[in-house]
Amino acid sequence: MSAVQGWVDTFRAEAQRLPGAKLPWLAGARARAIERFAALGWPTNKLEKWRHTSLALLAQQEFAVPPVDRVDLAAGALAQLRQGAEAGHWLVFIDGQFAPGLSDIGTLPAGACVDSLAGALAQRPERLEAVYGDAEEGESPAALNLALAGDGAYIELARGVAIEAPIHLVFVGGVSKGTQLVRNFIVADDGAQVTVVEHYIGRDDATSFTNTVTRVRAGRDARVTHLKLQQESAQAFHLAALDAVQARGAYFASHSLAFGARLARNDISSRLEGEGGEALLNGLYHVDGKRHVDHYTRLDHNSPRCTSRELYRGILDGTGRGVFTGRIYVAPGAVKTDAEQRSDSLLLSAGAESDARPELEIYNDDVKCAHGSTVGQIDETGLFYLRSRGLDEQHARNLLVYAFAAEVLARIGERSLRRSAEAAIRARIPGGQLLEALA
Amino acid sequence: MLKIKDLHVSVEGRKILDGLDLEVPSGEVHAIMGPNGSGKSTLAQVLAGREGFEVSGAVEWDGVDLLSLPAEERARRGLFLAFQYPVEIPGVSNAYFLRSAVNAVRRYRGEKELDAMDFLKRVKAEMQTVGMSEEFLYRSVNEGFSGGEKKRNEVLQMALLEPKLAILDETDSGLDIDALRIVADGVNRLRSPERSMIVITHYQRLLDYIVPDRVHVLSRGRIVRSGDRELALELEKRGYGWLEEERRKEPRGVGQR
Repeated sequence: MSAVQGWVDTFRAEAQRLPGAKLPWLAGARARAIERFAALGWPTNKLEKWRHTSLALLAQQEFAVPPVDRVDLAAGALAQLRQGAEAGHWLVFIDGQFAPGLSDIGTLPAGACVDSLAGALAQRPERLEAVYGDAEEGESPAALNLALAGDGAYIELARGVAIEAPIHLVFVGGVSKGTQLVRNFIVADDGAQVTVVEHYIGRDDATSFTNTVTRVRAGRDARVTHLKLQQESAQAFHLAALDAVQARGAYFASHSLAFGARLARNDISSRLEGEGGEALLNGLYHVDGKRHVDHYTRLDHNSPRCTSRELYRGILDGTGRGVFTGRIYVAPGAVKTDAEQRSDSLLLSAGAESDARPELEIYNDDVKCAHGSTVGQIDETGLFYLRSRGLDEQHARNLLVYAFAAEVLARIGERSLRRSAEAAIRARIPGGQLLEALA
Repeated sequence: MLKIKDLHVSVEGRKILDGLDLEVPSGEVHAIMGPNGSGKSTLAQVLAGREGFEVSGAVEWDGVDLLSLPAEERARRGLFLAFQYPVEIPGVSNAYFLRSAVNAVRRYRGEKELDAMDFLKRVKAEMQTVGMSEEFLYRSVNEGFSGGEKKRNEVLQMALLEPKLAILDETDSGLDIDALRIVADGVNRLRSPERSMIVITHYQRLLDYIVPDRVHVLSRGRIVRSGDRELALELEKRGYGWLEEERRKEPRGVGQR
């Protein structure tokens, strides 16, 4: 089913039934996108951008799931996520489809629109045309997404509108079908402020496939914070792209927390298109068993006096593999660019593997650009310190792993989000439940 | 009672301790002084159970073979090392760390673990005596602490863990006189007939505040001279050079079997 031809057949069968199929601009873009996907196929490691992550094996995968009561499952998962979380705006999607009955959008300020993509395509197609994206953008999975995604979230804020509480998008995958394609939009006009959290969860007994694209447009002096908590099952395949464009003075933060999936690939990029923009790409991933997580990031400094900070950390166990690529492009006119990039990996086993690649492309001299990466093991001095206080070795190790992760989580400004991220990493690391009382 | 006999320690083939002998009876405070690189910190770490050293010789403590125990068991039996450079542990609150340590020791001794309430009562009282504000409970372990705050946190841990043998590794380094006084007060308060202490220092200044029963001079991996407090004052006046000189003249000198 996941062979390229299978997807082309699916497109032929379903294109007419997709939300927005009657919109000529969208039908055209989808047709061009499936053509591009068919021509490119799944990326393999012959491509430079996919050197450490091949999707060739996807062609042989079947994504079918055993039957289950979909509503019970999703409701249970949701209840767990919302436990202890502060009030906010919650949109739930099952297998990529908006589930209004499980959602709780709550009250929004005037000038804010929070809807499903399918809803927005029906209500305000002209708004979407401008931001939807075209078939030539991104990697081949992004083209597949454009061709077949029919739902997701559409968030739009008029000038100066701020939504205080985070908007949570919960994607429950592998419920009654094995695949989900999701497309989200966050459009913040000048001076608007919003925080959006994407949760990806799935059934432990399902081999599922997620393909998600989120497009962010931050107007002048807008502030957009995006947090993604990927906790899919250890059999899941997760392909994601996050594309941001920042106008003058805009702030954009991406916190990518990748804890699940058999194979996860995140393409994260931001284009700084106006003076004084500020971007933070913050990331934490955990792999164990044979799992594989790849972050391919790109920052385009196209304007003067922009700042970017990129900080990634990986915890690697078993024969897991973590890949990080940090591409920074500085245009000839982007003077006074201030860019910093760091990638640190903590190896917990001899079989784990970490690949980190900085790629700096700088076309002017008036630039501050620093990068560094480390690959290390548990700090022996820290271990000795904790043991010398009576803590047994395993407890001491777990604490130090948690400490390594905590530095990433500390950069998440919103307290409630930081708390849920901390709980998520504690659930992942060995002996993490011991650390419950940490807070 | 701590008895160290003919202790040899090297790391990656480099000899650091070279036949060290030392006895510290219960209830006594002994100072170990010596120039940089003489092996003071290595001695402290080997006694506390740091791994990665090649060690030979015998260390008997309260009738057990100390060297055979892992670091955590030494701690649970009542050995405490105040670190020269306390380690920062981001994301882990000082309260969690202190309570884990206290309860690890209590469990080992067969005592009831302290719950959060009892622990807070206890720790707040101790914090007051070392002049730490409660805020330090909720901050990450040693993260962003000044040099003096880190050392106070070490003394706080010592007070909470009630060790039988406390080793203070250059607890005076980097402290101004006020901080030094507070730290020394904390140490003096813990002096008792059941508790021995080894105070490692480069300078005699600390010994104005923590008055030792004995003073030992460590040079190139051995105790080269032992005496009372006057020895520290003499070192202050004359430096370490003359002792090193004596040892050169007489290779099997003072402190040797």
